[in-house]
Amino acid sequence: MLAMVFSGFVVAALLPWLHRRIGDKASLVAALCPLAATLWLASGFVGVTSGDVITAYLPWMPTLGLDLAFRLDGLSLLFALMISGIGTLVVLYTHGYLHGDPRQHRFVMYTLMFMASMLGVVTADNLILLFIFWELTSFTSFLLIGFNHDEEASRRAALQAMLVTVMGGLFLLAGVLLIGRAVGTFSLSAVVASRDLLVDHPHYPVMLGLVLVGAFTKSAQAPFHFWLPNAMAAPTPASAYLHSSTMVKAGVYLLARLHPALGGTEAWTLTLTGFGALTLLTGAVMAAGQVYLKRLLAYTTVAALGALVMLLGIGTEAAVEAAMVFLMAHACYKAALFLVAGSIDHETGEKNVTKLGGLFRYMPITGATALVAALSMAGVPSAFGFISKELQYAVLFQHGWLPVVAVVSGAFFLLVAVQTGIRPFWARYRETPKHAHEPPWTMTLGPVLLGVITVAGGLFPGWTADALAGAAASATAFAPVDMHLHVWHGFNRELMASLATLALGGIVVLVSPRLAGLGNRMAGLARLGPDRGYDGALRGLLSLAKWQTKALQSGSLRRYLMIILLTVIALFAVSFARSELSLQLRDRTPLTLPMFILCALIVVASIAAAVSASRLGAVAAMGVVGFSIALVFVLFGAPDLAMTQLVIETLSVVLLVSAFYYLPAFTRRSTWRGRARDLLVSIFAGVVMTLLVLLATGVSVGEPISDYFAATSVPLGHGRNIVNVILVDYRALDTLGEITVLAVAGLGALALLKLRTKNGGGES
Amino acid sequence: MTELMLAIAIGVLYASGLYLMMRRSIARFIIGLALLSHGANLLIFTAGGLSGGRAPIIPEGSDAPAGLIADPLPQALILTAIVISFALLAFALVLLLRTHQETETDDMEKLRSTDA
Amino acid sequence: MTSLILRTAARYLFPLILLFSIYVLFRGHNDPGGGFVGGLAAASAYVLYALAFDVKAARGLLRVDSARLTAWGLLLALLSGLAGLAAGRPFLTARWGKWTITETWIVKAGTPLLFDVGVYLVVLGVTVTILFALAEGEDEAS
Repeated sequence: MLAMVFSGFVVAALLPWLHRRIGDKASLVAALCPLAATLWLASGFVGVTSGDVITAYLPWMPTLGLDLAFRLDGLSLLFALMISGIGTLVVLYTHGYLHGDPRQHRFVMYTLMFMASMLGVVTADNLILLFIFWELTSFTSFLLIGFNHDEEASRRAALQAMLVTVMGGLFLLAGVLLIGRAVGTFSLSAVVASRDLLVDHPHYPVMLGLVLVGAFTKSAQAPFHFWLPNAMAAPTPASAYLHSSTMVKAGVYLLARLHPALGGTEAWTLTLTGFGALTLLTGAVMAAGQVYLKRLLAYTTVAALGALVMLLGIGTEAAVEAAMVFLMAHACYKAALFLVAGSIDHETGEKNVTKLGGLFRYMPITGATALVAALSMAGVPSAFGFISKELQYAVLFQHGWLPVVAVVSGAFFLLVAVQTGIRPFWARYRETPKHAHEPPWTMTLGPVLLGVITVAGGLFPGWTADALAGAAASATAFAPVDMHLHVWHGFNRELMASLATLALGGIVVLVSPRLAGLGNRMAGLARLGPDRGYDGALRGLLSLAKWQTKALQSGSLRRYLMIILLTVIALFAVSFARSELSLQLRDRTPLTLPMFILCALIVVASIAAAVSASRLGAVAAMGVVGFSIALVFVLFGAPDLAMTQLVIETLSVVLLVSAFYYLPAFTRRSTWRGRARDLLVSIFAGVVMTLLVLLATGVSVGEPISDYFAATSVPLGHGRNIVNVILVDYRALDTLGEITVLAVAGLGALALLKLRTKNGGGES
Repeated sequence: MTELMLAIAIGVLYASGLYLMMRRSIARFIIGLALLSHGANLLIFTAGGLSGGRAPIIPEGSDAPAGLIADPLPQALILTAIVISFALLAFALVLLLRTHQETETDDMEKLRSTDA
Repeated sequence: MTSLILRTAARYLFPLILLFSIYVLFRGHNDPGGGFVGGLAAASAYVLYALAFDVKAARGLLRVDSARLTAWGLLLALLSGLAGLAAGRPFLTARWGKWTITETWIVKAGTPLLFDVGVYLVVLGVTVTILFALAEGEDEAS
């Protein structure tokens, strides 16, 4: 199981090497990885669909409640099969689609990384782990959408998709943390089992809201739907894989997974059905105005996701069943249609459906597949899509006006199905930039297989489809579901609704040329909406960052210092005023004459250094300060310090004198007002430090560790100089760090100076 | 009284150090930095507690120090701090020196652009 | 800066200071001294020599590149810590050995001494590196 999840990452890492060895054939080898995952999943099919659960566990950070815990139940199996199965076909397809492209292996690499992340999302049994994989899918999606990074639109779309989904991811993280706190564990199976705890929790609305923002952004629900059509800038295999069948369904997966834990409440039902229905309508109507193959499909994907969310919102057993069946049907026909769209674009060089026609003669296999997929999408009887549509209607008839939404959007689905799957092949032939012919087998295998599944699912739903959908629905609904799909439900109102949809769809198709203009206008209108909002928000953020950087990072050291000092002074003043600190002068040490002289010397010399008008004068005054401090060390039992200070002081003078040689003499630059201000702040800071010292000497904290050092220095440290034993033994790690800092400073200075002697000398 | 005197000395060191660091010439900045590290070292020393005057060294043949000794821990801290602040001073000096040579100004206020 | 007195003094003082610095280094464990002071003292010996003659001569006296000296010092300190690790104790745990050579001459040595030598080399290396590099610039300029 771990191997299934992580093999994608491993193979992706090996791919560049493999590509160097065997060229583009590496993609074919790479396809074995998702194929193996698919086979592994298939081998567990019977067990899992009859209720078994496969788990895998590897401790990662147990103290934080974060483990590599994976769990494969019916719901996970459904998604994992789609991910690995379609993944196999997409990798193969890529081999043909990006034929001869030197970046092919990179694309496959990203795809495999995505696949592994996605498998992680649907099998993770730990909410934090799920979040990590969730973000990984956003990240790999960014790489795939921006694959043609030399195009402005790709870059923008990639960034937009990532910002929107990652922002949603952050909401999700917050929700996950709240849930984890409420339940007391991040284990997903434990969370799912504690519905009462969550639903009655005072923070339930917040949790739900946060999780929903995460799921809605990922699954492109209105008003976050805008990134998905833009993401069509990605190469078609990525669109087929990520943006129709898998990644966008991660949000749906999350909702399905958390439905037993968070669902069933009024808030859940209202929010999900509301947003779902809105998204369904938005997507379907917006699709009508599109002319480009991929954008047509993208908007219906938005609509389909809306339908799924709506069904999960209803949340009854039947609704969940309908959602799972629709999920499968949609993944098959949509991925097939995307791949067909890619083939058309690849073989003809044309993406605009109004300029395509008559391709069946040249691409019969692709054309036939497209027909099957389109029929399924339209919901024509005997296709898998029909069964799914029937189930949906059966559910929706219990819910007021929702059937109307479904029928209207169903009509638009039919329109899109005709536009993408039928018109390019059966309409009057048109010249295309490239002469069309059948693509290589790698590019037809995917759509054909998906088409076969669609037909098989439509004609023999009892074969495997109902077992899988039933197992998935069992994990989603509140109680286990036993499911039996039928090809024919008899003459009932669902069938009437289906026929009404087909009829309405027929009308829509007939008037579609006129509709296109309307749709265009609507698309333009919608573009003013969220997409513009996104741009505005991004601009606002950038200018805020610019303003803030300008205000805080002026580049003036003096201002930085001023801000820091004023903050310190203010903080100190506040705690002093609230008398959290009380000044208890505990002057234990009597003042001797030498000490008095030394302190006076330090005071006078440092003031002299501050006001000195000559560099040498300042250096000399500084030297006096240093030597005085060395004598203070002598007087208070610190011979080591005194020695070090003396040598350092000597070396410092040499250092300063040899460096000041290069610098111009002191000049007076500040105004007297500026100097007065600086002086005032400095004096305040000095006063704060003085008070701080007095406070610190008044405090005695517990038993000093030095007593231990003193007692063990000889027996354990074998040294009589306790200071030295501390440095080289007790706290040797600190010292090691310090000499490392020294070495770095030395190398840094050397680099700065040596660079000058090499080329700087000539320049200046 | 010694603590009070030292505290005042530390305050003056900080005040003059900070004042110099807010000046515009590189050389003054460096001197300020040096004064500041002197102040910091002295601060640790004083805050650690002044005592007796006997160095923290154990007499030969004995296992424990005879009588009261100065606290060795702040001393160990300051010892490295002295050397580190020397390295810091040297590095800052070299850095500013090079900046001065590249930009031909020693005015800190003119060194505000990050991409000069 | 080339006075005869300084030169003569430097020639005699240099080995004395260097010797003193090593003495300070090794007595440091029991009496005031140690790697830091020792390294600084050694550095001042070289700086004195460089002031009296020139940097090139002082560099020649050092024989090895000062930056390399720093690296060796750091490596030595690091290696001394590995002894503890090798004995299954935490990194930098001290290991001591005691060798009786004659009745009265007992040598006690441990990894902390090795560590202190590392400190000595790093301090010497860094100080000399920076000061020489600065002073060399001066030579070129004049």
